[in-house]
Amino acid sequence: MNHVLLASAAPIIPKSLLGNPDSYACERANRLFCWGWLSRNWGSVLWPALRQHVVITLIAVGLGFAIASSLAVLAHRYRRVEQPVVVVTTIFYTIPALALFEILVAVPGFGLSLTTAETALVSYTLLIIFRNTLTGLREVPADVREAAAGMGMSRWQVLARVELPLALPAIIAGVRIATVSTIALATIAALIVNEGLGVPILTAISESTFKTELIAAGVLAVALAVAADALLVGLQRLMTPWARAT
Amino acid sequence: MHVFIDAFRFIARNGQIPGQPHLTTLSYYSLETAKIAAYAMAISIAIALPIGLWLGHIHRGSFVAINAGNVWRALPSLAVLAIGVAFLGLGVANVLLALVVLAVPPILTNAYVGIDQVDPTVVDAARGQGLTGWQVLREVELPLAVPLVMAGVRTAALFVISTTTIAALTGYAGSLGEIINDEATYHLSGVLGAAICIAALALAVEVLLAGVQRALTPAPLRSRRGGVIETLPVGWIAAAAAPGRLTHKGQEET
Amino acid sequence: MALSLDESAVVRDGSPALPSAAALELRAVEKRYPGQRRPALAALSLLVPAGEVCVLVGPSGSGKTTAMRLINRMIPLSGGDILIGGRSILDSTPTELRRQIGYVIQQVGLFPHHTVRQNIATVPRLLGWERRRIDARVDELLELVGLDHDELGRRYPSQLSGGQQQRVGVARALAADPPLLLMDEPFGAIDPINRTRLQDEFLRLQERVRKTVVFVTHDIDEAIKMGDRIAVLREGGHLAQFATPAELLSSPADQFVADFVGADRALKRLGLVRLADVELDPPDQWPQPDERLPLDTTAREALARMLSAGGAPLGVADEHGSVVGIVTIALIGRLFSRVEDGRPPESRRGPPPEPNR
Ligand SMILES: Nc1ncnc2c1ncn2[C@@H]1O[C@H](COP(=O)(O)OP(=O)(O)O)[C@@H](O)[C@H]1O
Ligand SMILES: [Mg+2]
Repeated sequence: MNHVLLASAAPIIPKSLLGNPDSYACERANRLFCWGWLSRNWGSVLWPALRQHVVITLIAVGLGFAIASSLAVLAHRYRRVEQPVVVVTTIFYTIPALALFEILVAVPGFGLSLTTAETALVSYTLLIIFRNTLTGLREVPADVREAAAGMGMSRWQVLARVELPLALPAIIAGVRIATVSTIALATIAALIVNEGLGVPILTAISESTFKTELIAAGVLAVALAVAADALLVGLQRLMTPWARAT
Repeated sequence: MHVFIDAFRFIARNGQIPGQPHLTTLSYYSLETAKIAAYAMAISIAIALPIGLWLGHIHRGSFVAINAGNVWRALPSLAVLAIGVAFLGLGVANVLLALVVLAVPPILTNAYVGIDQVDPTVVDAARGQGLTGWQVLREVELPLAVPLVMAGVRTAALFVISTTTIAALTGYAGSLGEIINDEATYHLSGVLGAAICIAALALAVEVLLAGVQRALTPAPLRSRRGGVIETLPVGWIAAAAAPGRLTHKGQEET
Repeated sequence: MALSLDESAVVRDGSPALPSAAALELRAVEKRYPGQRRPALAALSLLVPAGEVCVLVGPSGSGKTTAMRLINRMIPLSGGDILIGGRSILDSTPTELRRQIGYVIQQVGLFPHHTVRQNIATVPRLLGWERRRIDARVDELLELVGLDHDELGRRYPSQLSGGQQQRVGVARALAADPPLLLMDEPFGAIDPINRTRLQDEFLRLQERVRKTVVFVTHDIDEAIKMGDRIAVLREGGHLAQFATPAELLSSPADQFVADFVGADRALKRLGLVRLADVELDPPDQWPQPDERLPLDTTAREALARMLSAGGAPLGVADEHGSVVGIVTIALIGRLFSRVEDGRPPESRRGPPPEPNR
């Protein structure tokens, strides 16, 4: 299938860049980008890396969302919760990725594992999702909240039926940012677990002369981020029909 | 947990390992990291700030200014660095270039959004009193935009420090990342020690810049609760991706 | 239509039968906000008979909103008791209580993420009504507040004008047919022309539903227009006077009330008199005037119309358009001096008729 895809793309790409899928001339000549390599290695290298990258991201954003939005709901209810959560998540957010990965690796029970990678990635999503969710909940107009309570909704009913739906645009905006930055950051997780689009990037770096793998993986990571973002925008439009009404 | 103790011993010895006196010191690497980050920030601010402020002032180019920030977030810095090195070769100048490429968007976007979102009635009132465009920018828009503009600078600074260390993975030897990349020489305790130094450096820069922001913010706009941590570096994120304010009021019936 | 509303007040599944209106009694109600020395309300007592509109009026900060929010337990009482239909509000939980009290606020507070229909269905849904009953009730209410056209029910609040939003607010408050309706400056944010229209509509609606209503306003003219009884509050939540509009205008209890009511109170009293209740000059006594006023025009408005018409007499026509009498400035003048003397003009309060469309 990939052969078909690439063949159809072939006519618009200059011959010199293309090379023959069955010959290694392009690689030997160390060209910028070798389509031949791509078609030969898509199934064995890039596609699995992409799939792993998606899974890593889904787990990180999913867990991050569960933790951060619960904390935000708690902080919305009990103001005291806000300050400590902000302090801790800001520190996580501030620590450079490479450092956080290495520090976590040293923590007993973590080591070079998927848990370590996910823990670091989750910790980067917390601040943004927490902040956006809390802001969204707090920006629900006071009169709407007053009316909801005045009609006899319990606190949880106000939260579930009024505040959370109205905070959705802000919450999803936070999830979008968290998702896109997690996809970018997850390439560094390859230092710790042999998974994701970071693997071909690191391989290419260590081989130092060959660029196709690097470019392909980098472009895939950006494309994945753009696609995920578009998906979330679509989700938001679907979930907030009132926001489009004029 | 003793690896953490060893890591702090490593830091206390300034990165020296018994029997290997030739090793570069931790303080040297820290200084180098701070230096290249500072250079990158200076160049990026010099480029992005005037453009962003001006675009915001004339309320033009929102598409470019905002999407610069959105695309930026999707860029894996490791890949950007590696591609830069692959095509331009390894060297301080090229690493610097990559850092600038990564630092410009958040500064630009935030400067733009910060100025663009200043209450138009305030700007109008200033114009009405006879202030020139330049005076409006300097006296009104800039002071009111400080929190967002600084949030962009802080985001960029954190990102630059982080990326400077990642540059070690692509072969750049002038940062703390070099120690992390050389576990064979420094052992796990050295790697951990360097990681702790990087984290401390980033936190220190963050606290410093938050203080700068506070000093630059006009007193009435400062957050009352006053903690440094209150003024978060994520302001620009909220500004660039937040939904419009929720309104549900229609116009009056006629 | 009014019939079916009355029926729905009786037909209840599960929940105990509510009367369609219940008397409200405030007994020495007191409210102190934490950290404040002076009470916001001190020993306020009021009795509002079932089916009447009681207006709370007073300057800003006099405790009107506080009194209202005490009734549906949005804030806790500091002292005294409140009874609705003879039952203390403290006997039910706040949420139970609030589901039986309609609540309309100035900013409306419609749910932006719900359609008009969903907004109106809020309390019935909380009460667990079945779908068909909710749908029928929503249709009925949309008709009641005049929004039963143009697919308005499927719109979101942001797609409505301010006046339409407040109509939805009123419909939502009436949804579960509560015996008591609380309205806090409901028309305060609406432009004058639409405010008048909404006031008239509400009075007509009240004719049909006959709820007990507590209506808060700081506008004395609105108070006089809307209230069967008016409670004038003074700073610190002291009740300055509790009286019918006519009494309030003819004999203010003290200087504060007199000032609040305004120097033109005699003129305002003319606003309580309808031409239908006045002995008009016979039609044959004057040449046939060009302009005709409907019978329900107030004496005050008739005066204004005559003044702007250069002082000429105007005809007064009944609903069939035939002139039944003539109103003159001299006639209003006689009425005015009677009003000034403090003798109440015989007024029969009623809602204005449908405006000509
Ligand atoms: N939540 C509150 N906390 C403290 N004081 C309040 C609160 N709400 C109202 N007050 C005070 O109670 C008094 C009455 O307020 P309010 O009932 O809102 O008056 P009104 O509705 O007549 O304008 C005012 O002095 C006001 O400052
Ligand atoms: Mg009030």
